[in-house]
Amino acid sequence: MTYRRKWAQSALVALAALLAAGTAPAPAQQPAAPPQPIKIGIVTFLTGPAAAPFGVPGRNAAEVLIEALNKGKVPAPYNKVGIGGAKIEVKYVDEAGATANTVTEYRNLVQRDKMDVVLGYVSSGNCLAIAPVADELKTLTVFDVCGTPRIFEEKPRKYIFRVNPTATMDNVAAAHYVLRKIKNLRLYSGINQNYAWGQDSWRDFKLALGVLAPKAKSDKVLFPKLFSGEYGAEISTLLTSKSQVIHSSFFDGDLEAFIYQSTARGLPKRIPIIFTTGETSIFRLAKTITEGTMIGARGPHAMLAHETALTKWFRQVYSDRFSQLPVYPSYHMAQSLFGLKAAWEKAQAKKGGARPTTDEVIAAFEGLEFPTPSTTVRMLNGKGHQGVTDTAYGTFHYNKKTRQPELVDVVYYPAGCVNPPPDVDSVTWIKGGMKGAKCK
Amino acid sequence: MLLTAFAIFTDGLVYAAYLFVVAIGLTLIFGVMKILNVAHGSFYAFGAYGAAIAVGLYFNQGWPAAGGFLLMLLVAMVIGLVLGLIIERGLLRLVYGKDEIVVVLVTYAAFLILEDVIILLWGTNSYALYQPLVIGGNVEVSSLILSGYDIGLVVFAAALALLVTWALKRTRYGRLLTVVIFDRETAAAFGINVTVVYTVTFVLGAMLGALGGAVMAPKISVTLGIGVEVIVLAFAVVAIGGMGSIEGALVGALIVGLCRAAAVHLVPQLELFVIYVVMALVLVVRPYGLFTRAQPRKI
Repeated sequence: MTYRRKWAQSALVALAALLAAGTAPAPAQQPAAPPQPIKIGIVTFLTGPAAAPFGVPGRNAAEVLIEALNKGKVPAPYNKVGIGGAKIEVKYVDEAGATANTVTEYRNLVQRDKMDVVLGYVSSGNCLAIAPVADELKTLTVFDVCGTPRIFEEKPRKYIFRVNPTATMDNVAAAHYVLRKIKNLRLYSGINQNYAWGQDSWRDFKLALGVLAPKAKSDKVLFPKLFSGEYGAEISTLLTSKSQVIHSSFFDGDLEAFIYQSTARGLPKRIPIIFTTGETSIFRLAKTITEGTMIGARGPHAMLAHETALTKWFRQVYSDRFSQLPVYPSYHMAQSLFGLKAAWEKAQAKKGGARPTTDEVIAAFEGLEFPTPSTTVRMLNGKGHQGVTDTAYGTFHYNKKTRQPELVDVVYYPAGCVNPPPDVDSVTWIKGGMKGAKCK
Repeated sequence: MLLTAFAIFTDGLVYAAYLFVVAIGLTLIFGVMKILNVAHGSFYAFGAYGAAIAVGLYFNQGWPAAGGFLLMLLVAMVIGLVLGLIIERGLLRLVYGKDEIVVVLVTYAAFLILEDVIILLWGTNSYALYQPLVIGGNVEVSSLILSGYDIGLVVFAAALALLVTWALKRTRYGRLLTVVIFDRETAAAFGINVTVVYTVTFVLGAMLGALGGAVMAPKISVTLGIGVEVIVLAFAVVAIGGMGSIEGALVGALIVGLCRAAAVHLVPQLELFVIYVVMALVLVVRPYGLFTRAQPRKI
């Protein structure tokens, strides 16, 4: 066979094949593969004293929200299935135990379980320990409850985001609220847990009062051990003080034990107390909390939440599942999940619908503004990694007719009033007279 | 100044009462069995949970207060009896004669298991038993308001100390226990059934641990992890007083209670530090604690 005949035969075969292809029915279209799920490791206290007031309400919120997100049943703007159409796969990890153990568990989530995102952490001590490891492992990490301002003030953190505001907001607002309730404040005391959270809370409260009421002096300053549970001597010390108000950022079992013991000895009747995290216990301890006690919720959450469609939906799905109302750690979890979803979908949209990289999600998260059940979050501080919101305080009142606790004399403080401006650290801002604060 | 001194005294007594009630079971078990029982923290936690739930239900019915306090004791006794028997017969019996470290690790394992049993039984919610505090009321002494329940706790701890001392010194079983504490082998040689003594002692210790939890339940939030904090403090008290000594536990509790109260009132920064400084100082001077008997040298 000559070269020319071979070429002609090949051409005929190719032509026949082309014709056959043109007339044959097209093969059935393969269904598009579902997007790869997004794996989120959620770390919070599932055991230990912080489980009941913090960890479990946070985990419960994650459970109902992720279930609703995966079904696409969350109201707009979060009505897209999962995150950017990809289902969420979640693994829950207990935060209880030594800090070293928490760091090991974080490494396990990233290196062994290949989580795309790690979200959670209640303890400020744990957040401070996790932050450098997240940067080392280049893993997107969203803190949900811990409040120490030091996370972004000590060093910029590329891979860390925190949607809920810092303890500075809680305590500057507490100072404003105390001065509204107590005219001519001259002397005040504090009892806070002896670790990052308690120390930072007291520092910011005292500094803020130094600016807002320079003549007021601090008297008894107590830092009992975390989870010590017995406060007889501390209560006596406070009873012997002439203070007009007591500041406390106690949380978890410590908060409840202190409320039981101080109420039994008449301390809150003699000296009113402001609890910056008191909302977590307001229903459980409704009959024990003294009238006039000032209560915060680390943001305008729960009873202090702004009534939006998203707020009502969240409250409904949560209470339908767990037969109780969500407390503020549940709202913090919701804020963090919605922040992550908003950032991810923004990055995905920018990429024409393709799955974004971690760096692209980070770029989208920085400076983001998004609605949450309770209020709008703006990622303004910490170079766009730290959220700010407005906040509120109220005064406890037990309604004997409805047999329900209420917060009365509620005051809302705008974000610009109680949070430092972008990229100014909290201590410098407060010591400098809280310049630029917009409280009207 | 006088008011501060009075406050230190009363606060120290209340804290000492709490420590003594918690530590007495631990020291009893160590004295007889030479077991450093980490699971004691779980007995405390079970006692607190049991009391918070059962007695809380009782008070919610509006029944007489005295019955509630009796129920508190009864619940602790039953919980201690059941848990003590399960741990001693089901676990410790298997490791008698093994190295002390092994036994400590076994009790630690029991402690961890029991923490999870709490979650299985009562979930992760916290429980409150505030009614006894309300019923106890308060009294004002020189501008210091004292809780009636705290005063009752001090009286209860003192009565418990007297009762245990009397039982050890004046009853037949107490004397048998004292013999076993002094020398187990000699006691066995004289025909004392040491195995039975071990079981009874462990159950008594478990009951006392649960009792500690039950009487503290009205003052605390009964929640996960309460046994951990308690066991650390109880160890400190027992180490100061001397492992296995009832008088030692009482004196250790008083020393720690008064020193801590003084620190909180005068130098609050040292509140935690002072407990362990006292322990370290005592152990430097008396390495086996204040009230440990001289040990016979065995050849």
